[in-house]
Amino acid sequence: MPVEAIVNIVISGLLTGLVYGLMALGLSVIYGVIRIVNFAHGEMMTMAMYATVMLFAAWGIDPLWLLAPVVLASFAFGYALQRVLINPFIDRPEHAQFMLLLAVALVLVNGLLIAFGPDARTVQVDYALDSFALGPLLVDKVRVICAVVALAVCSALFAVFRFTRFGKAIRACADNLLGAKVVGLDVPHLYALTFGLGSACVGAAGVLLAMLVDVTPNSGPGYTLLAFVIVIIGGLGSMVGALAGGILIGVSEAVAGLIITPSAKSMLSFGLLIAVLAFRPQGLLGRRP
Amino acid sequence: MKQLVGLWRESPARSRGGLLVLLVLLAFLPLVADRTLLTTMIIILSLAYVGQAWNIMMGFAGQLSLGHALYVGLGAYTAAALFQHFAISPWIGMLVAVAVCVAAASIIGWLAFRFGISGTYFALLTIAFAEFTRIGFDHFAWVGGSAGFFIRVSAGGTRDWANLRGGPLMFYYLALALAVLAFLVSAWLLRGRAGYYFRAIRDNEDAARAAGVDTFRYKLYAIQISAGLTALAGVFYAFYYSNLFPEQIFNISRSIEIVLVPIIGGIGTLFGPVLGAAILTVLSEALNYTLAAIGVDVPGVKLVLYGVVLGATIMFMPHGVWPGLARRLGFERRRPGAAAAAEDAASDGRTPDA
Repeated sequence: MPVEAIVNIVISGLLTGLVYGLMALGLSVIYGVIRIVNFAHGEMMTMAMYATVMLFAAWGIDPLWLLAPVVLASFAFGYALQRVLINPFIDRPEHAQFMLLLAVALVLVNGLLIAFGPDARTVQVDYALDSFALGPLLVDKVRVICAVVALAVCSALFAVFRFTRFGKAIRACADNLLGAKVVGLDVPHLYALTFGLGSACVGAAGVLLAMLVDVTPNSGPGYTLLAFVIVIIGGLGSMVGALAGGILIGVSEAVAGLIITPSAKSMLSFGLLIAVLAFRPQGLLGRRP
Repeated sequence: MKQLVGLWRESPARSRGGLLVLLVLLAFLPLVADRTLLTTMIIILSLAYVGQAWNIMMGFAGQLSLGHALYVGLGAYTAAALFQHFAISPWIGMLVAVAVCVAAASIIGWLAFRFGISGTYFALLTIAFAEFTRIGFDHFAWVGGSAGFFIRVSAGGTRDWANLRGGPLMFYYLALALAVLAFLVSAWLLRGRAGYYFRAIRDNEDAARAAGVDTFRYKLYAIQISAGLTALAGVFYAFYYSNLFPEQIFNISRSIEIVLVPIIGGIGTLFGPVLGAAILTVLSEALNYTLAAIGVDVPGVKLVLYGVVLGATIMFMPHGVWPGLARRLGFERRRPGAAAAAEDAASDGRTPDA
């Protein structure tokens, strides 16, 4: 096999991996602050993907213009979900929280199935087949755009946590919940904001991913698992780890599709997960809990 | 045996009588039941069985598994492959299936408990193993891969107990026997030393270890018992349906169904899984019937219902249906201080044992 082909595959895996990383980042942010594992993560992304696909089909707007409204809608959805459903569950045992989000996931996935049917849908932008030539390498234009946007959204999120007042307040909640309550922070509101931010990440990832792959309602649970695999490999709660894990999984999926068969590509991801859980359960970049 | 007798003695006359009446009714049900009722009862009893098996792990020992489809699938494929390729009777195949699942569970348990992986991480590990195996079986040509694996069916009307080839009546009694078996195993555990250790681990693992319980070993026992029992459910499904698809048998929605049963009925209780299986099955059959009657044929409605039921149960009845119902019916065990203990448990969010 020519070296260029392999390098091409690895690069496209890396670019897709950045979008995966953005999706996983949402999960990591939510877990890092609220200590809730969002089991409906992939389903929420599938919802964003459907929003993109339907709006594109209806008006033919470039998905990149849809980024802002879909991200805002995802933020609102996440905020409401945390405020209404999850907040009463903050002090409940872990398995109860897990089951609650499982219920949300089931309703979302099958709601989409009822609304849109089981067929795969896709977004075909007019530059879908363009590519950049870098010497002997060909890189898809869409993938590059998606990766750049994903990086931009991640940087924006880092900036929010680093430089804004409420980002600081959220980090305070994560570091010392009791202290945060003592100094009078509105914890339920901040938690809901965090969940909203995580959902916004996953909404942006959904818009981008809709440009790269087909979407069916049943792909939701698969993405949830993928997001888990990524954050656990990278280290649950570590933001850089989520991005690194996303790139790792993106590349490993692309390579597995090349050397084994495409249908077995997630087997490699699960194999990686099992290996990480067995030998380094805190994740590659995580700290021991 | 001593444990079972002890539990029987402690139970109030009403619940003893209720249980006996239920057993007699179930034993004679096929005399009056039509085919539809019989197949519905088979679903209920087999679900009660797997729910009971899962309950030992989560309800008793507090280890959340969301990958029980793994053991169903492994058990099913083991017995089916032995029967189809080597003509080995499923009764022997069952033993092999149990051995395979206990081995798989030991590997998972050893990997997880060695590092103290628990809660969410453990649940994700179990899902990962189930999904890993599902994709593996999709490419496992010896048992048909994703195209499915089919077991010889015998001519209509014959009944071959040695090879488990027969009609619904045979599988009804098989399912009943399994349900009774799981009930007895759970009852035995509930009163036995292992059961007390399991619940100590569930309620406070550090305290259990401090009190001298070998938590690693007992968590391993819990996952092994649970997986071994679940393997039999797999064998049952394989021979009842006579076809196996990795996409169905290992599917995460099967794991979720298994989880739903005890959660609806009452997690950690003895009768909860049985009640949960009945409620879940009746609900979904009623929904199928209603949808067919009004002429709506949309996939996904059933799972939306599962989602709503799961959410509502977790939210409004965190202990499931059975504990409250048992209290109302006067089925609670009279143990010195039992009422007070149950009240304590209810108020601090633990699961009362009923």
